[in-house]
Amino acid sequence: MVGKNCFAIASDRRLGVQLQTIATDFQKIYKIHDKLFIGLAGLATDAQTLHQKLVFRHKLYQLREERDMKPETFASLVSALLYEKRFGPYFCQPVIAGLGDEDKPFICTMDSIGAKELAKDFVVAGTASESLYGACESMFKPDMEAEELFETISQALLSSVDRDCLSGWGGHVYLVTPTEVTERILKGRMD
Amino acid sequence: MTTDRQLAGGFSFENCRRNEMLVQKGLKQPSFLKTGTTIVGLIFQDGVILGADTRATEGPIVADKNCEKIHYMAPNIYCCGAGTAADTEAVTDMVSSQLKLHRYHTGRESRVITALTLLKSHLFSYQGYVSAALVLGGVDVTGPHLHTIYPHGSTDTLPFATMGSGSLAAMSVFESKYREGLSKDEGVKLVAEAICSGIFNDLGSGSNVDICVITKGKKEYLRNYMLPNPRTYINQKGYSFVKKTEVLKTKITPLKETVEVVEVEAMEE
Repeated sequence: MVGKNCFAIASDRRLGVQLQTIATDFQKIYKIHDKLFIGLAGLATDAQTLHQKLVFRHKLYQLREERDMKPETFASLVSALLYEKRFGPYFCQPVIAGLGDEDKPFICTMDSIGAKELAKDFVVAGTASESLYGACESMFKPDMEAEELFETISQALLSSVDRDCLSGWGGHVYLVTPTEVTERILKGRMD
Repeated sequence: MTTDRQLAGGFSFENCRRNEMLVQKGLKQPSFLKTGTTIVGLIFQDGVILGADTRATEGPIVADKNCEKIHYMAPNIYCCGAGTAADTEAVTDMVSSQLKLHRYHTGRESRVITALTLLKSHLFSYQGYVSAALVLGGVDVTGPHLHTIYPHGSTDTLPFATMGSGSLAAMSVFESKYREGLSKDEGVKLVAEAICSGIFNDLGSGSNVDICVITKGKKEYLRNYMLPNPRTYINQKGYSFVKKTEVLKTKITPLKETVEVVEVEAMEE
């Protein structure tokens, strides 16, 4: 979700096989650099593989260019990586959020074969995406300040995952402003 | 190893067998983003007009309410895409870069027929598995051109064309109102009307109208030319939340300020 010169990216914390829960403290949001995060929903093994590949590619980029990747560039990289596997895709839906030039927030999601979906306000992905669309659509306001943004994204996340039996067990929220990154763990229903 | 293969290009099929196994074990295949789409194009007296709606769907869900379906190919050529969103995007981007290299090589303006051949030979070689249905339009030295390209690689050359799930609705407008030698304003109006009939009569198409007018040596990209479906139901004040969500743990990391490195001359020994 985008706010005024800031963004927040949130996920739930459940890892499960079908209806059996394996872990309730699973990290689905990965940091690429200080102002760029990627959330990977879907099959955990693919999420981790993809994350490793992306970190690898980003490190090579840093060495060659001596700077961090812009979020737009990174989104194109993810898209290319996914589209290469067009006919045998990673079961994974990424959400990319970052601060670009002059701390302009950028958010983007993709399907599992890398069709970019850019939005100005919010993007959603994963099993609870249907209920998240509804919650975000009504709760989102343009140009929110950081703390209000945190409250809004948390409310949207928690109310949506409560309607999805495959996600839940608390939430994980990163709130990124030009000066600091706030990471919060939310308490949620444990059923 | 990864980088080596990426230089070679082409698709990788290394996950196919694994995915087949996963699907057999009950994991469901992720759904792809489709464009649903009404896309149209017509030739008017001094060029080509392309039009598209702006809805992207994932199954029955509207995934993007304002996406771009008119893709850039060359300064004088644009292309509307329908079908799987990733395919239309990838195919047009790829051909667009090939055209640019070709322009650097020859020093001439790209021709529509070149773009058409590149697109159809790619699509044909993938036997329709790359599901991109395109309306390609542009003006080159030989005049205005309009083509449709089907996912299997067959093409048509037409004075007016429609594609996508809303093609029937749009075609009915064209069939009843199109004539040769339309003026620019008449053409834009007709294209907008055709897209609107797709937006309102086809469930896969919706939201706004994008239009691109290409004439000799000039193009006008009219993004969101019409907004027939604005959001009127939104609460101006929005929601505000009184009760705070329960936070278990907070970690704040201040970001390092970027340090300017000032070059200092080396001290003399």
